[in-house]
Amino acid sequence: MRLAILLALLSTLVAVLFGASLLIGPAGLAPAQALAALIRGEGTAETLVMREIRLPRALLAAMIGASLGLAGAAMQGYLRNPLAEPGLIGVSGSAALGAVIALQTGAAAAFALALPLAALTGAVAAVALILMLAGRQGRSITLILAGIAVSAMAGALTSLVLNLSPNPFAAAEIMFWMMGSLADRSMSHVWLALPLMALGWALLATLGRGLDALTLGEDAAESLGHSLARLRLTLVAGTACVVGAGTAVAGAIGFVGLVVPHILRPAVGARPSHLLAASALGGAAMVLAADIAVRLILPERDLKLGVLTALVGAPLFLHLIYRTRREGL
Amino acid sequence: MALICATAAAAEPPRRVVSLNLCTDQLAMMLAAPGQLISVTHLAADPMISVMADQAAGFHINHARAEEIHALSPDLVLAVSWTPRHTVSMLRRLGIEVREMPLAERLEEIPANIAQIGEWLGREDEAEALIAEFEAGLAALAPGNPARPRAVLHYSSNYTSGPGTMAHQILTRAGFANIAEEAGIAGGGTLPMEQIVMLAPELLIQGQRYPGASRAEAVMDHPAMAALREGRSGTISDAEWVCGTPHVLRTLARLAGLHEQITGSE
Repeated sequence: MRLAILLALLSTLVAVLFGASLLIGPAGLAPAQALAALIRGEGTAETLVMREIRLPRALLAAMIGASLGLAGAAMQGYLRNPLAEPGLIGVSGSAALGAVIALQTGAAAAFALALPLAALTGAVAAVALILMLAGRQGRSITLILAGIAVSAMAGALTSLVLNLSPNPFAAAEIMFWMMGSLADRSMSHVWLALPLMALGWALLATLGRGLDALTLGEDAAESLGHSLARLRLTLVAGTACVVGAGTAVAGAIGFVGLVVPHILRPAVGARPSHLLAASALGGAAMVLAADIAVRLILPERDLKLGVLTALVGAPLFLHLIYRTRREGL
Repeated sequence: MALICATAAAAEPPRRVVSLNLCTDQLAMMLAAPGQLISVTHLAADPMISVMADQAAGFHINHARAEEIHALSPDLVLAVSWTPRHTVSMLRRLGIEVREMPLAERLEEIPANIAQIGEWLGREDEAEALIAEFEAGLAALAPGNPARPRAVLHYSSNYTSGPGTMAHQILTRAGFANIAEEAGIAGGGTLPMEQIVMLAPELLIQGQRYPGASRAEAVMDHPAMAALREGRSGTISDAEWVCGTPHVLRTLARLAGLHEQITGSE
């Protein structure tokens, strides 16, 4: 019951932010005019603005936010560690590396799906590596150290590929791949990301009961009929799908998967299965809000989303590390 | 006697000239005596950005780094006012004469720059001839039809040029009204796609594409811009007007041609 109320509240928040995202922009359309253009296609220029520029931006913000929230909640549930987050441990960075390779080698131009698939490959490699290094218990120190190593490597290789590009603009886009932005994305990016993302959502959604069982300990979970190997495989595939698809079109956006589950955990009574749904909605709200903020703070400058999410997320991360140390984990 | 000799030596034209910038590369290649210019930048040899790539192939290529320039032992280095300061001061510390050409921001400033390079190279007559040729070419491209179709310059990352830039001057001289002016952009700036769509220009002029891929250029393929392109569009090569040299007349001629097409068909 409490969960239902929370989910209803979060859904309302997402809907309000989605609406606001559609109504904010430099074209200066009145809300009624904007909605008429979006829904009924009134006015050629207005329709183009609403359907081709603002709608994909709002959709991607919600999709990517939900993905990051969900992936964060799932990883934290599996590792039973609140510090696990796709951005921090290098999964997003590795996905960005895959995407950059696909773009610069021309693979993405030859075959559109090569972009999300390459990002997926990067993400799979990173999640698998992290889970292998962190071990079953997911001890904080190993997890964070492995994450630092994977992030640094992926970041360096991304910079290298972009610096080697014959394109004079590519090197300047290192920032985009590391911080993420939704500026000037189009419906084609939505269609590019959606299939893989939907698959990832479906995979991660099945983890709920297994993660709940895992809170009782590994042996208890196994005896309840949850195969840890399968749980882990689903987590790797699901996380890689959602993070890969999102990063391929919007760059690596950090901290969403850390902040959102952390805030919502007390409200769902720390049950991982409930946290998955709540975090998906919370993540969508956070990225929508961040994307609205970048447009309000510096409308002309394409401020990166990761700047805002890190401003909120990094202090929280420090706080979590402090608390983890105090609890002697 | 010694004084006279010194004056004569100072007036002697430089024999080993090295250029550090694409724009001085081009003017120097047009004006220098055979063998006088010994090195130009790698940009001058890149056909994507230089209209004189073929000529540049005949020169030593530099990357505007102080050490390699010093190794060429030049007696004059041509730079521009926006050449990195540390490179210029390093060369001067090494005792090399560096002269800096100002940026031409208007068509009227091009002859002055040609004359300046001509004077530094001791090639005043060649400079005068080039100026005369440029001014005749400019006069020949006087706008015809008084109609002023609205156009937008749409470069990578939604960058555009407004009043105060040479690109704007060339665009308006070719007979177009620049919508960047309506949007209140002075100098260079970004014009969000939403605004371009709402201002509905009759002509969309985009920059060229470079190999590899970039998000900056992806905006030119955005469906909203593609829909706008279905009206009218043109592509202008960066190489032709990145520098204030007589080559900008090619861009002016191209734009004047587009203007004639649009106003003629109406």
